[in-house]
Amino acid sequence: MSIDIANEPKMTWTGAKTIVDPQRSIRRGSLYVAETRIKKMLKWWKSIVAFGLGNPTLYLLSIGIGIGSLVDSSLGPNAIDGVNYLTFLAPALLATAGIQGAMDEVTWPTLEGFVWDRTFFSMNATAITGKQIVNGVMMAAMARCVLQVFLYEMCLLAFGAISWQSVPILLLVCSAAGLGFAAIMLAFSASIKDDDDGMFALVGRFIITPMFMFSGTFYPITSMPIYLQWIGWISPQWHATNLGRAMSYGMPIEPWLLILHWALMLAMAIVGFSWAHRVFDRRLSK
Amino acid sequence: MPKNAHKDSKERHRAVAAKKTKPEAMIIAKGLTKTYGDFKAVDSIDFTVHRGESFGLLGPNGAGKSTTMKMIAATSQRSGGELTILGKDPNSNGPEIRAHLGVVPQQDNLDRELKVWENLMVYGRYFGLPRKWLKVKIEELLEFAQLTEKRNSKTEELSGGMKRRLTIARGLVNEPEILMLDEPTTGLDPQARHILWDRLFRLKEQGVTLVITTHYMDEAEQLCDRLMVMDKGKIMAEGSPAELIKKYSSKEVLEVRFGSANNAQVAKELKGIGTRLEVLPDRILVYAENGEKCLEQIVKKGLHPVTSLVRRSSLEDVFLRLTGRTLVE
Repeated sequence: MSIDIANEPKMTWTGAKTIVDPQRSIRRGSLYVAETRIKKMLKWWKSIVAFGLGNPTLYLLSIGIGIGSLVDSSLGPNAIDGVNYLTFLAPALLATAGIQGAMDEVTWPTLEGFVWDRTFFSMNATAITGKQIVNGVMMAAMARCVLQVFLYEMCLLAFGAISWQSVPILLLVCSAAGLGFAAIMLAFSASIKDDDDGMFALVGRFIITPMFMFSGTFYPITSMPIYLQWIGWISPQWHATNLGRAMSYGMPIEPWLLILHWALMLAMAIVGFSWAHRVFDRRLSK
Repeated sequence: MPKNAHKDSKERHRAVAAKKTKPEAMIIAKGLTKTYGDFKAVDSIDFTVHRGESFGLLGPNGAGKSTTMKMIAATSQRSGGELTILGKDPNSNGPEIRAHLGVVPQQDNLDRELKVWENLMVYGRYFGLPRKWLKVKIEELLEFAQLTEKRNSKTEELSGGMKRRLTIARGLVNEPEILMLDEPTTGLDPQARHILWDRLFRLKEQGVTLVITTHYMDEAEQLCDRLMVMDKGKIMAEGSPAELIKKYSSKEVLEVRFGSANNAQVAKELKGIGTRLEVLPDRILVYAENGEKCLEQIVKKGLHPVTSLVRRSSLEDVFLRLTGRTLVE
């Protein structure tokens, strides 16, 4: 095979050796990972926004207003915590939005990173470390979480279910729930061997759904028998919901419980991050 | 870019001059070991790779090549021994070392959700490279990988050979000191392999240090200045392809087939012909300085092989000699 070398493309070595600064990658690696994740998320922005607005609208119409009018007419207009049913329900739906939004960005993308496309391995072949991948994925997940909660809040505002003053604090509460739960789910997803995506279906059915149903979402947790209440106690959904109710319409709450709600969500985040850091480092360095 | 080309050639001259005085060691391994439980994947191996060299790891599947590569890539921690890459210890300076490596893994790990050019952009960002600089670099890489027309395609739409070329282009985005290729042409059709070899040869000509694993002897002969033959985690031999062939094999090989049922029986009668005999299930290999003469001797004995072939000795023969097994099973 004869090749005209003069006309063939040559690689010029323009000096990346001097441009590549390992210290910069070490400092900003997490941001670079988040940048990629957000870039990929933006490819789906229409679905994300449509879901972010459509889901709350449907929920508010069917449950908030449909069931709400039933509850309000049979129990009286302000039967639960002295507010109407829609106001009572709103913080719980918001917490769900935060958890769901963050979770979507840590479950499947983690399987993609380790199993399908193995993109985490390609990231780790550069100066990026496993811990930075964890942090970057979480940053992007939190961006999605905040966006989703914000969109939900806009819908709730439109339905008159929350006051605009409570928007920032509810955003913070729901993001904290999203952070705690997503950190744990990220570590869990990274622990799934190979192509065992059936695990997510199990988690969805036996953890997410019960969490949604039994965390005082639709009625106060205290109206459940005591042997079911523990599900709420360990669920970030309940902690965020209860905290949100206190912040949204001033549901009376004991100060120690207020601290406990924050502390538990924070503890979940700390445990999740350190677990995820360990799992990522181990799996990438095999 | 004539200005750059000039600078580039100047740099290369300097590199060549430096090479003449004292070869710079890019990778030094001493007693390098990796164990998984009781299994020793890499068993105390020593080697050095110098700047501008094309260094090959040759061996069958499971020889420990990929494990060695992962340790050199500063992602997998060694279980024992010493390893220095670009003057640093990968156990403590992984990110610093990886910043100057280009890695082409055995299994393509391109991002299927991103377009061809986006794959390069995102990867370049991991090295902290500015977007503006990358835009220029990406054009050059696309041209080098012959993917300029596919720049906006999703990677899923690419053929196997194109994916490999993109992965190689991606590995070059940071202008690495060492480019590591793990089985670069496994699974590609012959034409795609030749295009890839051509690209890699071009890099070699430009003085890029290459570390290549392969179980194809023709690939090793084409691309590698120096080889390390591995089997079961150990180094069996080391040298240039020509040196290895000279040391472990004869100039020519005569391959004769008498039918699989008869080979072993006939082999007994062939004793004394050539310097060495190797009996495989399907054929007998006669190692000799002159294959044709051996064939004449065989025919004189009244033996008539079904087919016969005289060829040059290859690395395959070296491997057979060293391990008693063929490379591709």
